[in-house]
Amino acid sequence: MSETQVFGMPKVWKSEVHTHYCPGCTHGIAHRLVCEAIEELGIQNRTMALAPVGCAVFMHQYLDIDMMEAAHGRAPATATGMKTVRADKIVFTYQGDGDLASIGMGEIVHAMNRSLPLTVIFINNAIYGMTGGQMAPTTLLGQKSTTSPTGRDAKVNGYPIRVSELLATLAGPAYIERVALTSPKYIIKAKQAILKAFKNQVENKGVSFVECLSTCPTNWGKRPVDACKWLEETMMPYYPLGVLKDFE
Amino acid sequence: MAKGRVTVREEFCKSCGLCVEACPKKTLRIADHLNPKGHRPVEQFKPDDCVGCAMCARICPDVVLTVYKID
Repeated sequence: MSETQVFGMPKVWKSEVHTHYCPGCTHGIAHRLVCEAIEELGIQNRTMALAPVGCAVFMHQYLDIDMMEAAHGRAPATATGMKTVRADKIVFTYQGDGDLASIGMGEIVHAMNRSLPLTVIFINNAIYGMTGGQMAPTTLLGQKSTTSPTGRDAKVNGYPIRVSELLATLAGPAYIERVALTSPKYIIKAKQAILKAFKNQVENKGVSFVECLSTCPTNWGKRPVDACKWLEETMMPYYPLGVLKDFE
Repeated sequence: MAKGRVTVREEFCKSCGLCVEACPKKTLRIADHLNPKGHRPVEQFKPDDCVGCAMCARICPDVVLTVYKID
């Protein structure tokens, strides 16, 4: 009888560090998928990353790669600078929806339009997590948050922004896909999308963007398992999964 | 049929229960004891039913689970 390990910890993940994320937060899954992609491509020694302002602000403590902290929403601008001066490095940004879709909307649009070989991981959980559950640009109509206590109203707050669709109208981006992180079948697809996004950069194919639908059990006021169900039932119809742009 | 085995890094588990829900054979549950962080860690209470599919490890946000396949 022999035993083989079929699933273990990626080497890029710092195994002895406790993450500060709430129980059931899918940030950890996104981190792990990024770690697995870096490990599989063997690019750990030449990867530089930009952490966002948001819940993933301490990401540099969890991943064993060089990381830098950008001002709120400015990660794509900083990444553009990094990639311009060090074209041999692999540069990725990891941003939430309050960071990328709100204050950083200008930066991401121009970074995508310029189409330097970068990788952008966008975590969409339809709420501001770190600051305490305020309404984000991606908050769904009728969804309650601390700044929309009766639910988001289109007349007052406008409609939620579908960032991937918006960026797919640009001519520059090489690859845009929306994935979810709520069950193993979606996570396997998300893994392939993130791996492809990094592979495109290794092969110098322009900017790749992966939007990950993510849960925020604490600010949604749900148990982790219920939050996953709510995402699949409520968020997925408005944010359909799939490849929105692929240069091939 | 190939069998599997799961090991848990108990001190890192946050008791979110996503793995319990994801396990197709329902071999996992939340334990009664506490870990040093004050969470009740997950445990495998039906190890004989485990097939080593690694669904639990794929959904774990804290990389708590390591999965082995026994041939």
